[in-house]
Amino acid sequence: MSAFRKAGRGIVDSAKAINFTFDGKTYQGFEGDTVASALLASGNHLMGRSFKYHRPRGVLGAGSEEPNALIAIDRGTGRVTPNVRATTQEIYEGLNAESQNRSPNLKFDMGAFNNAFSIFFPAGFYNKTFLWPKSFWDKVYEPFIRNMAGLGPAPTADDPDVYASSYGHCETLIIGGGPAGLAAALAAAKSGEPVILVDENPQLGGSLLTTPTIEINGKPARDWIAKSLKILSKAENVTLMTRTTATGYYHDNFVALVERITHHVPNAKIGKVREELHRIRAKRVILAQGAIERPLVFNGNDRPGVMLASAAQAYLGQYGVAVGNEAVVFTSHDTAYQAAFDLADANIRIAAIIDVRDEVQNDLTEGATQRGIKIIRSAVISKTFGTLRIKACEIYEPETGIKTKIRCDALLMSGGWTPSLHLWSHSKGGIKWDADIAAYLPDVANENAVCVGACNGDFGIAAALSAGHKAGQKTGGGRKVYKTNEADFGTGVVNNGLPNYIDTAKQKAFVDFQNDVTEKDIKLAVLEGFKSIEHVKRYTTNGMATDQGKTSNLNALEIASKAVGKPIEKVGLTTFRPPYTPTTFGALTGYRDAELFDPTRKTSIDPWAEANGAVFEPVAHWRRAWYFPKAGEDMHAAVSRECKATRDSLGIFDASTLGKIEVVGPDAAKFMNLMYTNPWSALPVGGCRYGLMCREDGYIYDDGVVGRMAEDRFHVTTTTGGAPRVYRHMEDYLQTEFPHLDVWLTSTTEQWATIAINGPNARKLIEPFVEGIDLSPEAFPHMKLREGKICGVPTRLFRVSFTGELGFEINVPSHYGRALWETLMEAGKQYEICPYGTETMHVLRAEKGFIIVGQDTDGTVTAHDAGMSWAVSKKKKDFVGKRSLARTDLTANGRKHLVGLLTEDPNIVLEEGAQIVTDPNQPIPMDMLGHVTSSYWSEPLGRSIAMAMVRDGFNRMDETLHVPMPNMAHKVKVVKPVFYDPKGEKLNVV
Amino acid sequence: MFEIHCPYCNEKRAEIEFSYAGEAHIVRPNAKQQPVMSDEDWSRYMFIRDNIRGEHAERWWHNAGCNMFFNAIRNTVTDKFVMTYKMGSPRRTAKQIDVARETNTADKAKT
Ligand SMILES: [Zn+2]
Repeated sequence: MSAFRKAGRGIVDSAKAINFTFDGKTYQGFEGDTVASALLASGNHLMGRSFKYHRPRGVLGAGSEEPNALIAIDRGTGRVTPNVRATTQEIYEGLNAESQNRSPNLKFDMGAFNNAFSIFFPAGFYNKTFLWPKSFWDKVYEPFIRNMAGLGPAPTADDPDVYASSYGHCETLIIGGGPAGLAAALAAAKSGEPVILVDENPQLGGSLLTTPTIEINGKPARDWIAKSLKILSKAENVTLMTRTTATGYYHDNFVALVERITHHVPNAKIGKVREELHRIRAKRVILAQGAIERPLVFNGNDRPGVMLASAAQAYLGQYGVAVGNEAVVFTSHDTAYQAAFDLADANIRIAAIIDVRDEVQNDLTEGATQRGIKIIRSAVISKTFGTLRIKACEIYEPETGIKTKIRCDALLMSGGWTPSLHLWSHSKGGIKWDADIAAYLPDVANENAVCVGACNGDFGIAAALSAGHKAGQKTGGGRKVYKTNEADFGTGVVNNGLPNYIDTAKQKAFVDFQNDVTEKDIKLAVLEGFKSIEHVKRYTTNGMATDQGKTSNLNALEIASKAVGKPIEKVGLTTFRPPYTPTTFGALTGYRDAELFDPTRKTSIDPWAEANGAVFEPVAHWRRAWYFPKAGEDMHAAVSRECKATRDSLGIFDASTLGKIEVVGPDAAKFMNLMYTNPWSALPVGGCRYGLMCREDGYIYDDGVVGRMAEDRFHVTTTTGGAPRVYRHMEDYLQTEFPHLDVWLTSTTEQWATIAINGPNARKLIEPFVEGIDLSPEAFPHMKLREGKICGVPTRLFRVSFTGELGFEINVPSHYGRALWETLMEAGKQYEICPYGTETMHVLRAEKGFIIVGQDTDGTVTAHDAGMSWAVSKKKKDFVGKRSLARTDLTANGRKHLVGLLTEDPNIVLEEGAQIVTDPNQPIPMDMLGHVTSSYWSEPLGRSIAMAMVRDGFNRMDETLHVPMPNMAHKVKVVKPVFYDPKGEKLNVV
Repeated sequence: MFEIHCPYCNEKRAEIEFSYAGEAHIVRPNAKQQPVMSDEDWSRYMFIRDNIRGEHAERWWHNAGCNMFFNAIRNTVTDKFVMTYKMGSPRRTAKQIDVARETNTADKAKT
């Protein structure tokens, strides 16, 4: 038996010893212990170092509210979980836990020098630290802050464990398995409808587990729990979920539950599910989350050994662990007396109860007298002593000025109780200030939800049981009275700052233990002008740590309201947000890991590209072949070769990712007229046209070739990335602005595989395979489309070119794509056919000055700016964007225009995004005329080329401008953005 | 995650099937109106939105469902849908919204 384990106390199984390590040292605990309870049983209080000042810290609480005792659980590479609360981590054989935020070890931490220099870390230190000079930002301040502000270590390898996710539904979801939650479940179970009861702890029972002397209706609480669980486990409509945290409460009773499946299991195998995220839609939700005790804010309240009174009570009641040999109790609330009595009854010396109040109820003073405990009223603790563990404290009686130092190895504090409104707050339930209990309580519900028990201010076990029973019943039903032997829950007082003779500036009175925020910091924030509690929170970071201010928010609010000089209910509470407790990325990701994280769309030709050494690039959700390097080639060499081969003879390109929308119906042409800037009525069947689409603001939105299949049918192509938004844009207008048009839209992107054949030998290549289409230039000119067959498969064959060469785009049903590709590759050998990727496609089109929407345009470019006024119909009375194009701003002089740039030195390839100026020697900031949008090495031209948006560019032809780049500014000449075959003769190769 | 009643499917479906589509009942000026509108009036149509704190008429798209755009009244404070209705039907009056809200409350009370 460990030194601090009390025989006959607690519900841990002393027959089952478990060994684990903490910072390399082996400890023994019992089944049912947490890391915290087992360490405390060995007399070890020091469990962590604080975030900012690296102060030694022990446990503050005994549950999920714990701010101090954060540990890392190390299960091998990729399986290190940082920031686990020692108070909730169950021990298991072989558990390997490490303390955090210390170097080299917990007892001697170099980082603790921050504590001595704490004057440098006042409220807002993040903001205040980033001072000039700029060179200090990333070299000095950031590394310093990052080093210092470490929580646990970030994992260095992929997590190999499996995380599951599922959806569920129920009639009643009960969150919290204490007395209120259990009573609610028992009542709800009778309805026969599905009930789910969840609790974050391994065992149901809540506060009943920590107060074993309680009797319900004359029987020990443990028996009542056992009986209740028997009934609930037998009921087929009830699901009991332990080790499950309700992390977030979302709209319409949608609640996220994270179940920890193997966190307590030794040697949990890789491949087994570690956590499961349950997304539950409940008809109604009963919140029985209980209440969390508030610390008192006083000088030295963070030494190891200083903890919540209820925590000491829980360590004794649930784990049979004494938190010390002689404890001092410091309180402003009656409940701390019961904790003191519990400890005294287990032969732990209570050196004194220090009560800030001048009056204490008779039954409490009697209870103290019986146990020989001294009560000191109207007194506070002004100081604590001890470095790695509290040794003594100083009691100060402000009325007399008397100071008394007394020895203690534990200090139990209670500042009253804070009902847990976290999930209620997620659900946007209203809250109201209750002056009697000095806390916020639930007000009007926003969802079909109700709070019961301590989180609703129904303090005490009998009250919680009754409230739970009432809420659990489906329809009205009678009240149920529970008789218990508990003492009256009692009352407390609000602490508007505890008196101390020591100057505030010299005190270390912590409010937020995890983020190291002191009373002084909050006062300073108010002094510096932060009056709103939301601002105070962000400036001081109070309540912003991983514990979400469970123990600090109310204290911070009280201090701030006093400093601002407004009543607390006027200051308001900061908003709680999900998750309730830290949640792993694994749980949120679930099965959507690795390749399932984000879908990758692949064309039917993609496997061929992969087998033939393509380098891929992502384009929207697609992966596209970027270039096809041969042995020893880098990207530049491969692209140069692909460009040249295509221009000289024959290139083949997978264009299947182009968006395709079939626009069909009697009013199809009218609809096209409204959606595109170009005119469509006169386009004959079998004709193609480059279509330009604007948003209503007049700026270019998308483009693509459109073919007219029939009077009432258009084959529309869009950019690869633009397809979904173009489809939505069309549907939106069709359904809401032009519903009178009889038109149907179908996304056909995935239906067609599209192979682009470009180069002088394009026609010769496909001719032998095409049936039913006369390919002669006279019968099938440029910008026409024909339907027929290729290799016996139906095709929509477009004669179009995005390269300036003779070109065809062959559309076949998707599943024929690869077979057709391979046939053409084989037949193309005689022409040295060259497969090319998106990079070569980009270069070839730039040589012709064809724009890429989103690269050469940026959402502020009109058709005119891009040199495409010809694509905008002057005759149409309406199209989307027409009125905006007439806006003064869009017709004004001095807009940026799309032009070509040729560098004076043909070997210089400009950087895309580089700025353009008239005089590179002008003072900074320079007058920037525009920027380079596209820039490439052109192998066929043997020089670099670039496209750019330049202010008043159309009027600057042949002008010399300058492009500053990292080493020097380069001279460029403004030209028309058509570099290759400006007359378009190559299109007409016979 | 909301449960949204699609007036075309006549079913409550999970929010994941829908996309938000901006304020409702903003009518696009027709081909005759556009040329005579001042730039200022046009910009009001284009950009100026009510940004209501409270019951807001807005559009949703059931894109992973029936593919239809529809209108909704949703309270931007409580994030509660008061009602949804088909595209093209007139803006709901304050009275109609009151009735819908009361019906919802009554339905809720029944459960
Ligand atoms: Zn629908």
